[in-house]
Order: sequence, then C-alpha cells, then structure tokens
Amino acid sequence: MMIYLPIAEVSVNAFLLLGLGGIVGVLSGMFGVGGGFLMTPLLFFIGIPPAVAVATEANQIVASSFSGVLAHLKRKTVDLKMGTVLLTGGLVGAGLGVIVFNYLKGLGQVDLLVKLCYVVFLGIIGGLMFVESLRALRRSRAAGGAPLPRRRSRGWIHALPFKMRFRTSGLYISVIPPLVVGVLVGILAAIMGVGGGFIMVPAMIYLLGMPTKVVVGTSLFQIIFVTAFTTLLHATTNFTVDIVLAVLLLVGGVIGAQIGARIGTKLKAEQLRILLAIMVLAVCGKLALDLLIQPGELYSLGASGGH
Amino acid sequence: MRVLLLILALLSAPAAAEEVVLGLSRDEVAITTRFDGSEILIFGAIKREEPIPADSELDVIITLAGPSQPITVRRKARRFGIWINTDAVEVDAAPSFYAVAASGVLTEVLKDVEDLRYRVSINRAIRSVGAPETVTDSESFTEALIRIRRDSGLYQRLDDHVVVDQQTLFRTSVTMPANLTEGAYATRIFLVRDGVVVSEKSTKIDVRKVGLERWLFSLSRQQPLIYGLLSIAIAIAAGWGASAVFRYIRA
Repeated sequence: MMIYLPIAEVSVNAFLLLGLGGIVGVLSGMFGVGGGFLMTPLLFFIGIPPAVAVATEANQIVASSFSGVLAHLKRKTVDLKMGTVLLTGGLVGAGLGVIVFNYLKGLGQVDLLVKLCYVVFLGIIGGLMFVESLRALRRSRAAGGAPLPRRRSRGWIHALPFKMRFRTSGLYISVIPPLVVGVLVGILAAIMGVGGGFIMVPAMIYLLGMPTKVVVGTSLFQIIFVTAFTTLLHATTNFTVDIVLAVLLLVGGVIGAQIGARIGTKLKAEQLRILLAIMVLAVCGKLALDLLIQPGELYSLGASGGH
Repeated sequence: MRVLLLILALLSAPAAAEEVVLGLSRDEVAITTRFDGSEILIFGAIKREEPIPADSELDVIITLAGPSQPITVRRKARRFGIWINTDAVEVDAAPSFYAVAASGVLTEVLKDVEDLRYRVSINRAIRSVGAPETVTDSESFTEALIRIRRDSGLYQRLDDHVVVDQQTLFRTSVTMPANLTEGAYATRIFLVRDGVVVSEKSTKIDVRKVGLERWLFSLSRQQPLIYGLLSIAIAIAAGWGASAVFRYIRA
C-alpha cells in the first residue's frame, strides 16, 4: 500500500515503513539502544530527504524512549537529578546543533555533515565495541568467568569546582562534566537525528563513573527531553517533521522493541555485543563507501534561497 | 460607415482560421494519503469556419507545466578523498513538472524560432540567466537538472504521443508521478502547420493536497509550534500506550 507523506512529499510503501520500524525496533529491544543511528541511515537509503529523516527520527525517539523510561521509573533506576543536569546541557547542545544544521543546509553541505558524523561515530563506536566484545568472548572461553575490567582513575574530574551530590548514583562530583557531556550529545542528537544513547551510555559509565544499573534509565530520561526539543526546533525552523512518517515508524518500532527484548534474553551478552558491533560497522561501511566511491550522478537538486 | 463595419468584422473574426475546443478528463488532481500518481487525459476538437487546408499537415502539441521555482543545482567533486558538493548554479525558474506531447517528433513538427517564442521544448521551459564566475560550464548544470527530473518522471518528452483523427479530433494522456508539487498546472495546446503555430489555447489543472494531507501540511507551515507539540504529544501517547498494552498482555 503506497502512502503519500505530506511533508517529505514522496510516496512510499506503508508496509515497508512499518517493517523498517519493526526491524529496528527488534534490534533496539535486543540491544537496549534507541535505534536512531540505524533508522536514520535506512531512511536515507529508501529515499526520504535527509533533512526530513533527521527531524522525524527525533520525533520517533521521543516515543520509544518514553516507552522505555516508564519501566525504569517503576524500578527506580532513573537518577532524576543527574538526568536534569544532563538535559540542561542537552537542550543547549540541541539548540547549537540546529543552528549548525540550518547554516550548513544553506551552504548545501548538510547531507555531507550528517553522513560524515555517522561514518565517524559509527566507526569509532562499532570498532571499540567489536574489539571489546571479541576480547570478552575470548576471555570467557579461556577462564569461564571474566573479571570486570578496572575503571580508569578520574582524578582530574574530581578536581573541578561546583560539586553536587547525586544520591541515586551515589556520586559527589562537579556538575561541569555532565553538562559538557549533555551539550555534546545534544549537538549530535540535533545533527544526526539520534537520541545519542550509544554515546551517552559509555560516557556515563567511563567518564562520570555512574553505576551501570541507573545508566540506561537516566539516559532514556534525558533523551526524551532533548529529542522532544529537537523535534520542536526542526518543526518550527525547517518544517521538516513528517508526522505521518513518524507514526508509521513508531507503530512498527514499539511492537518490534517488545519482540526484540524477548529475543535478547535468550542470547549471551557477548554474542549480542558482537552482533550489534557488526551491524554498526556495516551501516558505517555503506555510508563511507557512498562518500568514497564516485557517485553515479554528480549533480543534485536543492531548493534555492534561505542563506 | 460600411468601411467601419468591414473593419469591425475583420477585427472580430477569429485571428486563426482554426481554433481549439478543449476537454480534460479532470481539471483537478487531489493528492490524498493514498496518492500514487495520476493519469490525465487531454482531448479536444478543432473548430473551423473554412474547409481543411489541403496543402499542409496539421500537428498538435500539448504541454503540461507545474509551478516554476528557482532551483539550486549542485555538483560534487572529489576533495580530500571524499565526494562533496563544490560548485552550485542557480536556475532562476524551472517547472516542477513538465510534459510536452506532440503528434510527431517535436523537433520536426515545430520550428526552432517558434519553440523559442512559445517556450515549448523542455530546454526552453527552463529559464537560467547567470552562473557564478567560478563555473564555466553552466550548460551542464541545466542538462543535469533535466536529466535528473526526466529520470524521475517529472520531465517528459512524449513524441508521437498525440493522436490526431481526421485533422479534427485530438487526444493524449499524461502520466503524473506521485512526487508532485502543489499548484496550478498550466496546460497549453498548440495547433501547428508547416512548423508554425497557427492557434494556441491554454487552461489549468489544479493539483492540491486534500483532506488529512492538506490539514497537516497547512498546520506545519502556519502553526509550526502547534504542529511540533502535536507530533510530540502523539509520540508520548504512543510510547505510553505501547508500554501499557504490553504490560496488560504480559499480566
């Protein structure tokens, strides 16, 4: 069934969108990630204009992270105070990100920026995750149970001023590192159309030293606000949020996520991580090839004016 | 007095001996949620006060043009090992959709001078004035614009696509793709003899979003804040609904 998207102004197969939402939902349920970093490139591949894909995906992430955070709130695994600090930074970052996005859109370089961000971040995260999980897999085969890797010392972070107590996380640290992390992830969220969980989660564990059990819930909590704000900014400045596209994706997504969560419990953590790493690297590779290989059509069309 | 009447009669007489009477299968295209392109039938007859001229063949050319917009055409080049947009040329006005159907091969049916005058062929329908000094081959940008739009079905040259019966009745069909821009689509019919336009008639077809498409599109442009808040509200409701439904199923 073909459906005409009012903002993207293209006609696409509704079942294809539901299916994409479903598949990404299954993956995000399996791996506990938002899935934005997979969905946005997939939307590029099926011909949704990148500006619309980025803005609409932000809207879809609001739905999936809201659905996720409810479960975490019930289990009391959300550090609301830390989340508030992170999202303060996140809102500033999202604002900056949209400004950069709109400036480059005028120059005709926004596709390049978005794709470069994807290649760089997916490459780094995917590569690190792949190496790490291979090592973990080998260790678990050799010794049966692997000891947790020791955390790096965070001496310089403790020297910073404006300290605050975060009871749920059991931390007494300066508010500067979480603010900076928030700003950086906010910028990425606005430019890449992702929640930024795949950067936020490692940053919270390794940089801020938060306990793993509150990391996912807190990350989801602040993602809701940052992506909702990003959606509003894109809707009011670029008019690129396609509500019909968002609804189709999130219907598939929320159903897929529940199925994925069940599959996830049947697989081992190391196997899951390796699968996720391979997938991230595959998307990264496809985007990198598009940038490196001479395109079939050197010319592209864009609306005039606005810069 | 008699001379005056004669002059008046001459003035009021049709400028051309042959005139077009036009019909359209529809004068409105509604873009609905299920919109997947549209086919338009354009047909008509030729009205004459005199017998059919025997010394020349009659040809009919029909054009259908979407609203014109300025367009930026960008070209990629290799910089630092990756392909990025470097040069850009502004095309002042290019129709978002353009189809030209002729009863023969367009270039044989219509003289170049007449094409220039009436802007009939695809190349002439596009208006491009200046290119920045850094770009020396602005021609190739216009060609690229036509090539890209022709490949996606937005620009169509339909030679031998108008059927003319008895030099009196004519008809053609134009297929419009799904990715249409809203607006008034100008339809022009040219009667051509010996490569010269002897009569012209024009009308328009309204292409517009309707129903939900119309409502969402207007809301997103006129009340972007409300539209944005609505998107977020739907997302939150869906997220809450999904988790509630699955909790109920599990319980």
